[in-house]
Amino acid sequence: MRAAVLLFPGLNREGDAMRALEQASGVKPILVWHAEHDLPAGTDLVVVPGGFSYGDYLRCGAIAGRANIMNAVRAHAERGGLVLGICNGFQILCESGLLPGVLMRNKDLKFVCRMQHLRVERNDTPFTNRYSRQQIIKVCVAHGEGNYVADPETIARLEGEGRVAFRYSDFNGNIGGEANCNGSINDIAGIYSERMNVLGMMPHPENLIDPMMGGIDGRGLFESLVHAPARAA
Amino acid sequence: MKARVTVTLKTGVLDPQGKAIEGALRSLAIEGVDSVRQGKVFDLELSLEDPARAQAVLKDACEKLLANTVVENYRIEIL
Repeated sequence: MRAAVLLFPGLNREGDAMRALEQASGVKPILVWHAEHDLPAGTDLVVVPGGFSYGDYLRCGAIAGRANIMNAVRAHAERGGLVLGICNGFQILCESGLLPGVLMRNKDLKFVCRMQHLRVERNDTPFTNRYSRQQIIKVCVAHGEGNYVADPETIARLEGEGRVAFRYSDFNGNIGGEANCNGSINDIAGIYSERMNVLGMMPHPENLIDPMMGGIDGRGLFESLVHAPARAA
Repeated sequence: MKARVTVTLKTGVLDPQGKAIEGALRSLAIEGVDSVRQGKVFDLELSLEDPARAQAVLKDACEKLLANTVVENYRIEIL
């Protein structure tokens, strides 16, 4: 799997994403600066990592979402190539139009930084084939704007088409309530694009890949991507 | 030519910042404020002569960047 990791000024999770990708695939990902117009030839997967691109100025992900490289990412996704956006990366994908909806300020206005359980809604996608359906995984969250909002039609469509990837849950798999760390509609922690080849998620699977960090539940996502059918663009 | 663009949250979109400001006003004993919604103001200097052209350019700017029309409305004023 050939992965390209995008870099915008203000991101800070690119190293974590690259480590997780290399651990799963054995191949070092290529770091791509935002001003580039093209992705490296043969890129299977584009990862937009987390951080604070452009200091979250204007709106989270708004400026990065309109960078040069995003045109190439859009073309890559249109060809069926895989795209993963984590945290600020999810915000960037929403702002760029690759995913619907928007991530608003957390409901209680607090920056939430904690371990977080998620329910894997389906395991027949390139991102989750190494998990089981409805599996509860422990990863972590660290964000101030993760409150997923979209109009009722969009939410109905996402739900109807099975495009919710993960929901916030507790240890026992109970959805919602206290487990919803930011107020997201329907406890949505991550969503797929229409063709299931773009995933945006607020939590950080790339930080739970080493027992030293408190768990390895995040590995499954990167291993899934390695085992996904090739979609080189 | 100068212009002002005001971006506000659409009705029904939760505005936790507005809510917090509303609470702060209440704690200052400022009376008569029923609710607060927070927005953004952009003051722009334009090198355009024609107000209609300026409107069109700013509409484009709002749609493409200044507002996220999923949750925000915008208003353009040519000053």
